[in-house]
Amino acid sequence: MSEAASVSHAVEPAETPLTPESWGKLGMWVFLAGDAMSFGTLLAGYALLRGSSENWPIPIDVLGINLTAFMTFLLIVSSVTMVKGLDAIKNGDSKGLVKFLSFTILGGLIFLGLQAYEWTHLIQSGLLVSENPHGDGLFGATFYAITGFHGLHVTGGVIYLSFIAFRANAGKYSSTNWNQVEIVGLYWHFVDLVWILVFTFIYLL
Amino acid sequence: MASENHSHEEHHTNYMTIFWWLLALTILEVLAGIPAASPSYPQILKATVLVGFAVVKAALVALYFMHLKFEKSALGYIALIPFVLCVFVVLMVLPDF
Repeated sequence: MSEAASVSHAVEPAETPLTPESWGKLGMWVFLAGDAMSFGTLLAGYALLRGSSENWPIPIDVLGINLTAFMTFLLIVSSVTMVKGLDAIKNGDSKGLVKFLSFTILGGLIFLGLQAYEWTHLIQSGLLVSENPHGDGLFGATFYAITGFHGLHVTGGVIYLSFIAFRANAGKYSSTNWNQVEIVGLYWHFVDLVWILVFTFIYLL
Repeated sequence: MASENHSHEEHHTNYMTIFWWLLALTILEVLAGIPAASPSYPQILKATVLVGFAVVKAALVALYFMHLKFEKSALGYIALIPFVLCVFVVLMVLPDF
């Protein structure tokens, strides 16, 4: 009996005090905090390289703004469709969940398409990882590293959302079982949040 | 209601309100970002305004879309740590400039 007591003592509590709904949600938050650190150091590195450069171009002159402002709008809309999807399944509407997840995925895909278009255009204009006809060569390196790292996150998000949408379509979620939908939502909103910062620091400043 | 099991469920955010705020702030931010820095619009003012907009928008996404406002405050501290550290990373090397 004392053995059983010591075993039960060794077992993790069933609930995390931080996110009583699930451990998975806490896991996603901790992952996102680490991921934020990656983006944060990239942006901090960008700021320091720019600050110490003599001929950093004015980003808006090189990159343009209309397309990326629209891409920002697109990610914000896809965040709204994500929360609408979560709301739908909380109310037991699994068709609504699939519909809103599909819109969210579509938003991510259009974003990636526009980013590919933007990169192609910039590469043709001579902006490369190691070359920049408009000034400091590191501008291209940092631009492609940061927007590329974010684009990879969007790609990962589209795959992750597709997996959840596939499960939703198979009826795996309900008004009492939507934890995985909330967790994929956290990831997707984070990708949106990071883009808001990238848009400001890389394009507007 | 089954949803009463989840305490944070009571807070019902109107997501469209957040959406319109984000949209309006993005438009204002772009308008503040387009003019080149000049003596009447110094870079430091421009940077402060733009970073201000970005922080407010990021906070709206974290607080309402990611639900942080309705979570335990300790979760908010986890989320804040990377931002504090990154500000520190920049401030740490500023004396070299």
